[in-house]
Amino acid sequence: MARELVTGNHAAGNALALAGEANRNARGCCAGAYPITPQTEIIEYLRAFEFSKGSVIAVESEHSAMGVCIGASLAGGRSFTASSSNGLAYMVENVYAAGYYRLPIVMIAVNRTLGPPWNIWVDQGDSLMLRDAPWLQFYCDSHQDLVDTILLSFRVAEDPRVMLPALVAMDGFVTSHTQMVVNLPEQEKVDAFLPKCNVPHRLRHDHPTTVGGLTWPRETEHHRIEIQQAMDRVPEVLTEAIAEFQEVFGRKPAGTLVAEQTEDADTVIVACNTMARTLKNVIAERRAKGERIGMIRAKMFRPFPRSDFAAAIGSAKRVGVLDRNHSPGSGGIFWQEIATTLRGRSDVLLQDYLVGLGGGDVTPTVINEIIDDLVKRKESSEPVWKEVAA
Amino acid sequence: MTIIAESKPKEYCDYLLRPGNTNCAGCGMSIGLQWLDQALAGEKPTLVIPACCGIVTAGAFPTSGYGVPTAAATFASSPALASGISAIAAINKEKNPIICWAGDGGTYDIGIATLSAAAERNEDIIYICYDNEIYGNTGGQRSSATPEGAVTSTTKSGKGERKKDIMAIMAGHRIPYAATLSVAHRDDFLRKIKLARATKGFRFLLILSPCPTGWKSEPDESTDLISTAVRSGLFPVYEVFDGKRYRINMKPDETPVEDYVKKQKRYRSVAADPKGLKDYIDQQWRYLIGMAKAFPATKDDGAFLATDVKAE
Repeated sequence: MARELVTGNHAAGNALALAGEANRNARGCCAGAYPITPQTEIIEYLRAFEFSKGSVIAVESEHSAMGVCIGASLAGGRSFTASSSNGLAYMVENVYAAGYYRLPIVMIAVNRTLGPPWNIWVDQGDSLMLRDAPWLQFYCDSHQDLVDTILLSFRVAEDPRVMLPALVAMDGFVTSHTQMVVNLPEQEKVDAFLPKCNVPHRLRHDHPTTVGGLTWPRETEHHRIEIQQAMDRVPEVLTEAIAEFQEVFGRKPAGTLVAEQTEDADTVIVACNTMARTLKNVIAERRAKGERIGMIRAKMFRPFPRSDFAAAIGSAKRVGVLDRNHSPGSGGIFWQEIATTLRGRSDVLLQDYLVGLGGGDVTPTVINEIIDDLVKRKESSEPVWKEVAA
Repeated sequence: MTIIAESKPKEYCDYLLRPGNTNCAGCGMSIGLQWLDQALAGEKPTLVIPACCGIVTAGAFPTSGYGVPTAAATFASSPALASGISAIAAINKEKNPIICWAGDGGTYDIGIATLSAAAERNEDIIYICYDNEIYGNTGGQRSSATPEGAVTSTTKSGKGERKKDIMAIMAGHRIPYAATLSVAHRDDFLRKIKLARATKGFRFLLILSPCPTGWKSEPDESTDLISTAVRSGLFPVYEVFDGKRYRINMKPDETPVEDYVKKQKRYRSVAADPKGLKDYIDQQWRYLIGMAKAFPATKDDGAFLATDVKAE
């Protein structure tokens, strides 16, 4: 196992490339590539990688990058790409198409604020814009989590019980451009972990079909129901994949979420990506002072693991959500999801905090102020804007 | 999976365009797709079709009007999908041609960036545009392929702008082969498909595709209309090799463009005096003749097919 000091983008590019190369004994791999800050280094890495059976096509837009991935996957190849922010927005039509075609494409989203006004810093609003797309979504808090989750994503996405694309998100700059020591996997281990990619409905001449044509309401309903059923099978498939990952790589990546010190907690704070790492230190400090407080790092966002959240929240009296995203006219998107988890629970006070939008630095002080507000509350209010960049 | 249309191993199912497809009577696509099938002589292509009448042709799941593997792409994406399919086919050493079959909306308008990029990369794709000069699928709105004077549902008194010269745009990409194809001239049509098939890299073929529904013409006059469009000079039939060597295949014979216009109610606002179209024809031919003189095709251009056709 090579332990290397690398950036988040390097780690992600490496994991995608190893997964692509692992399909050399099947139909190979092909990616569509288009640059956008802060993910550009990923597609540069892919373009420089010498695949023994694969190609990376440098296209003219994100829409076409996903178009190439769709074509490659329909032809039975393993396929992947990366994007950010307005690139994801420009790609949206084909992102939906990839899911509705049931193609197991893996995409890295390096979270960046949607513009205008233009801002290159982290905000989860870009990938969460895709929350209603037929894609799995995972949010990563570290470089190692990123590498492991990318490999798991291929495994789960390509599982015949799932056969849906997967998005893996990391924080722009905070993760993409900083370095951490990572166990970068060897090719042989990736080969052992990932089966040959098999897209059962791929285009073939011995059995010609028309993929993605017209359907009537009845067939369309079934198509959507099948996608929901596939989503429902993800937790089981993910659990199996993690067990096999552990066998091959000797470490156990996080699953749907990571609950810390929630067992006896009165107060539980939810956050994703690197905010969750800062939060972890804050929780430890407050625990040391005798506070009954815990946290949940939200990792899998689609399918949303409601029962895991309900179990982790347990009998807590207060739940605070840190949302680095904003759905105008409603509030934070993680908060909305957790509200559906807690429906009917009048014993829990659920409060949303919109924090760190546009890349504002969410420091331990900011998080402490949020928790101080939460523990004093007798009732919840509309989402609270916690401005940090002033 | 519900999005796959099953095919049954019956003889008629083996045609590229199967009986029972949903094309209107007199549609240029019906001729074009059958001649494409005949020119490929049993070789089965993979089709990539964006949003356009061409995907409606297939009918609804679980049936399909296409007897070859077909991907329905999003509107602007057929060359991008075809690039991905072509890349995987190439690394698996699969030889079947990959063909985009797209309307003018997907080619001249929404898909032009994708088309341009795939041409610039010289992807190993045959791109065929069946140009019916309107958004036919949505009920006949203007596109940048709609000719000057034509009435559409969004140009009620006739379009004020000229048709975009897509061939000049594609020639500007210096692709190995670009040609216009007439559904009234079978030998030339088949020869060009065969030549495109025998050429590597990005190939662009443009078909003027009659649309009785949108053109407000009689279905049984479709091929006559195209013949008139060729003879009047409105639709020049020519080839461009490597984007820089021109060969004109058919010269106009002074058939008046009025003969073309008067049979289509879409031209009702200019039928009495189609001066704009006449100017368009003049300028187009001065340009084409100039190019063919200055940059003529050599006898090697398309030579493979010259012998091939003779041998038949």
